[in-house]
Amino acid sequence: MASHIHPNDRPKQPGHLETATFEGKNKVLGFWLFLGAETVLFACLFGTYLALRNANMGGPTTQQLYDLKLVGLATFFLLTSSLTSVLAMNAMNRLKQGAMQFWLGVTVLLGLAFLILEIYEFVHYVHEGHTFTSSAFGSSFYALVGTHGAHVTFGLAWIMTLMIQTARRGLTYEMAPKLFVSSLYWHFIDVVWVFIFTLVYLLGKVG
Amino acid sequence: MVSRQHLSRVLSVFALVAFLLAGCGDPRLNALQPKGTAGEQQLDLIMLSIYIMLFVFAVVMAIFIYVIVRFRKRKGVSRTPKQVHGSTLAEIVWTAIPIILLAILAVPTVKTTFNLGSAQPKSADALKIKVTGYQYWWEFEYLNANGKRFKTAQELHIPVGKKVYLEIYGKDVLHSFWVPALGGKMDVIPGKVNTMWLDAKKPGEYQGKCAELCGAGHALMDFKVYAHEQADFDKWVAQMTTPHKPTTVAEKEGEKIFKQNCLSCHATADPKIKGPDLSKFGTRHTIAGFLPKNEKNLEKWLKDPESVKPGARMPKINYLNDQEMKSLMEYLMNSK
Amino acid sequence: MGTLLVVLVLALFLAAILTGGYNKDFLERVRHSKVWDWLTTVDHKKIGIMYFMSGFFFLLIGGLEAVFMRLQLIVPNNDLFTGDTFNKLLTMHGTTMIFLAAMPMIFGIINVVMPLQIGARDVAFPFLNSLGFWAFFFGGLLLNLSWIFGGAPNAGWTSYPSLALMGFNPGPGIDYYVLGLQISGIGSLMSGINFLATIINMRTPGMTFLRMPMFTWTSFVTSALLLFAMPPLTVGLLLLMFDRVFGSAFFDPALGGSPVIWQHLFWIFGHPEVYIVILPAFGIMSEVISTFSKKRLFGYTSMVFATVVIGFLGFMVWVHHMFTVGLGPMSNSIFAVATMAIGVPTGIKVFNWLFTMWGGELHFKTPMLWAVGFIPTFVMGGVTGVMLAVPPADFQYHDSYFVVAHFHYVLVGGTVFALFAGAYYWWPKMFGKLLDDRLGKWHFWLFFIGYHLTFFPQHFLGLFGMPRRVFTYQAGYGLESLNMLSSIGAVGMVLGTIIFTINVIKTARSKELAPADPWDGRTLEWSVPSPVPEYNFAQLPLVRGYDAFWIEKQAGNKGMAPAEPLGPIHMPSPSYIPVIMSLGLFIAGYGFVAHAIPVAVIGIAVVFISMFVRSFQQDFGYHIEPEEIVGSAKAKEVKA
Repeated sequence: MASHIHPNDRPKQPGHLETATFEGKNKVLGFWLFLGAETVLFACLFGTYLALRNANMGGPTTQQLYDLKLVGLATFFLLTSSLTSVLAMNAMNRLKQGAMQFWLGVTVLLGLAFLILEIYEFVHYVHEGHTFTSSAFGSSFYALVGTHGAHVTFGLAWIMTLMIQTARRGLTYEMAPKLFVSSLYWHFIDVVWVFIFTLVYLLGKVG
Repeated sequence: MVSRQHLSRVLSVFALVAFLLAGCGDPRLNALQPKGTAGEQQLDLIMLSIYIMLFVFAVVMAIFIYVIVRFRKRKGVSRTPKQVHGSTLAEIVWTAIPIILLAILAVPTVKTTFNLGSAQPKSADALKIKVTGYQYWWEFEYLNANGKRFKTAQELHIPVGKKVYLEIYGKDVLHSFWVPALGGKMDVIPGKVNTMWLDAKKPGEYQGKCAELCGAGHALMDFKVYAHEQADFDKWVAQMTTPHKPTTVAEKEGEKIFKQNCLSCHATADPKIKGPDLSKFGTRHTIAGFLPKNEKNLEKWLKDPESVKPGARMPKINYLNDQEMKSLMEYLMNSK
Repeated sequence: MGTLLVVLVLALFLAAILTGGYNKDFLERVRHSKVWDWLTTVDHKKIGIMYFMSGFFFLLIGGLEAVFMRLQLIVPNNDLFTGDTFNKLLTMHGTTMIFLAAMPMIFGIINVVMPLQIGARDVAFPFLNSLGFWAFFFGGLLLNLSWIFGGAPNAGWTSYPSLALMGFNPGPGIDYYVLGLQISGIGSLMSGINFLATIINMRTPGMTFLRMPMFTWTSFVTSALLLFAMPPLTVGLLLLMFDRVFGSAFFDPALGGSPVIWQHLFWIFGHPEVYIVILPAFGIMSEVISTFSKKRLFGYTSMVFATVVIGFLGFMVWVHHMFTVGLGPMSNSIFAVATMAIGVPTGIKVFNWLFTMWGGELHFKTPMLWAVGFIPTFVMGGVTGVMLAVPPADFQYHDSYFVVAHFHYVLVGGTVFALFAGAYYWWPKMFGKLLDDRLGKWHFWLFFIGYHLTFFPQHFLGLFGMPRRVFTYQAGYGLESLNMLSSIGAVGMVLGTIIFTINVIKTARSKELAPADPWDGRTLEWSVPSPVPEYNFAQLPLVRGYDAFWIEKQAGNKGMAPAEPLGPIHMPSPSYIPVIMSLGLFIAGYGFVAHAIPVAVIGIAVVFISMFVRSFQQDFGYHIEPEEIVGSAKAKEVKA
């Protein structure tokens, strides 16, 4: 049944469009597997950070450095963007292309806001003498949080690419799984951030 | 089921192993002929595991040989074997028996691991030595030998029958401290202090090795361990802590050259250029840790260290004239 | 500056080709050439062949490095390859053999065989498959270019800091290691994901999980290991690169870092890696033993169970590589017991192989010889593995020749034997021809005897106090005769490999075609012609049980029953983007090696632009019509 659908067709019935085609099923499964690998990747970075976070070599400590207000705001942006991403997928499965594009746009804006705050934070830290090369703590901090930031950047570029494609092609069977996995990716980034917020910032404040 | 033929095969394997274990290897370097408590405990576990594993191997080989002989395709006979699915009982048997065998091995393993792992001396006057690995030589600092504190290099002297506690430091790359005949082995890791204990039950010379790849000269980062009776050890400590006074004219000349040319590296704390302490060089048995000590080898080493030990950081001492060289060597050879 | 210029010219050249601004006729000729076909192919069988052949090429290089080392060690105080040169040889030998020979050759066989065994027409992500291959290929190329440009890495295949840090290793060697492995590692991760998705989603009707052939099962578990084991290596390499290129402090104790972190990351990857290369070997052996005993695999379900357990435990034991780091007796004991536990499922496998042969009719063709030679050899490697799990004993074994002997018993006696068995067994499926059996037997016996002669004495060298990775040893310490023996044994392996190479060339020249089912096979790959048509199955087969093809043959059927009517077959279209993208990775890698960040940025840009282009490409593949399929099948019959 799946093979009768041409990828360029537009779905007529609402439903789980992302797994309506065989290619879509493969894509979603493959992406879940990829996220498994990403989880291990971040776990290793977390482990490295936790092992080295007290090696500040006389530079600022985690207590002195972290500003929970700023990070809290960034967290709020990112968590909300996950919600808007869900709304976008919801709209997609109801075949509401306009609504989907709107919510994706909001997601991108919130992601951008997060990124700007993070860059501001990094610049601030560098001024405090907390740099990538100043100590093992610095190295491991920027490796972990920076890798997350790189993921956010990539995710934003990806979602915007897909928005352009959707605008040109419409919401087709080809687009649906692409949009779906990008939103999976976005949720994953969000979950990683929750761990960063807890294990880096909160734990850093506590001791 | 195991026929006599198989039994003799198994026995011949044991005989071969016994022959190899006893026949070859040098007692100064052989982990199978340990001369210390740690090495003995380790050998006990090695042998226990070898016996268990030989038993496993023998069982597998017995079935294996039977199967490939008995069930090979014979000419002119063609049959379709019965397509057996398996046997739950058999699976249980060859799951349970290995578990039992491994349990037999695991209990003494854990016990010895903890025994060897506790390397903190109980009494305050236990002999403690700080071992530091450098590219590509070893420094030994005695922290409380008969109440004295002093440094030496390349040769570790210990009293027989006494536990020696080692604190192992790293200053450049990773190394690993290994004296196979007394017991192995502990890594040298910069930024981490490791501990281990050793003893020697018999006086003698034992060969030490660096076991972690540490650069071009890794293969030649050897050292010696000398175990002495307590009285001889005390004598050695006294000698090491009595400064050497040069007597002949040549030695005095040599001392001057030594101070001008050698001390900037051989008496510094900077790990980047540091060389071994040479104040008692005359007492050593080797040059660069592995060459027999004689004037020819010493000259070869001084003139081009890199050709003797690849990667050695000591610069070439090839700018001295023959007379100066001779004086320097005389001073070194006699500084006891 | 010179590098930048070269890269720029290259980029212009590529741009010219991409835009078609170049000579149109020339472009057409390129498009229809064989080289272009192989460069852009997404066919899993062709990619498998490329994996296998480039892996074999790297196996020869790594073997040559090993021969050089044995030459140096034949007598004490030899001065053929000393100091740093020897360290380069040992580093490149280990790295090449694991990452560029064993893994790719295994991926090659998985690629060719696994989709056929589950009755699929291709893998789940053909494009990704091609990308994975080219990433591996360019990574391997980058690593080996180090011999020519600037010096090979010299800190061992484990590349421990601090020796691997800039301060102690200022040459570019370690950078080649880091970037080469990073790039080929990306390829391995993609392959893992691809194989997993293929096995989960693309099994033909009736092919339930518990009817899958053993080789497919081991491929499945290996792919899962790849998925979870490659990221720690990625992180480790990334951090090492940061330390070397950007001056960070992860492994530098002077700034609070710790070299032990690398060891953890490396071995969290490194131990599963051992199972990544050994599990498919188990799978190959299971297929070969079952086929040449004419018997169903004994205890199939427990074999599957054992494979999964080994894969799982593989992640719980990495500290046994670090017993001498000084992590304390508690951690050493826990990891010791976990390591011993792996002996149990491995033992289950060995006994199941023995009882598969029990009561069978053993045909000693070349593949079976390798499998039969494998059993005692691997058991020896396995029992020394259990011995190494005992921490106090390991204090003596660790970093000695005992370890060298152990892992060559499992990696050569296990993986390499299996790769040879698999090559002889599946050659008809890959190339449509059978390798010569008589030469194969020569190959086996020379290699087998030479192999044991080389590595058995090394157990004793270790116990007699010879550390590993040494370029020489002193006379008079009882190490001379065994070293001599070991070096002589290497000759046997060399001769065996030469005979295999001759066999490959001879077979390639021969006109004699192999039948579809030369071994009276049991699994689906033997139900399709040799070589396999590009669509694999004209109609997807309907599977009625384990050993699907054997069941049909026993029931007197000519072939598999179809699960679908004859119809147009959808095929993915070839693509040049994987090559371009991998080339981008290569350029980026070279940029980092040369510490020329602009070049690295150009390379990364090439990668991202390729991704962008690919995302916008609407590639829906093409169809092969039923008439074409029937026609080619008829033409084949006429030929036969």
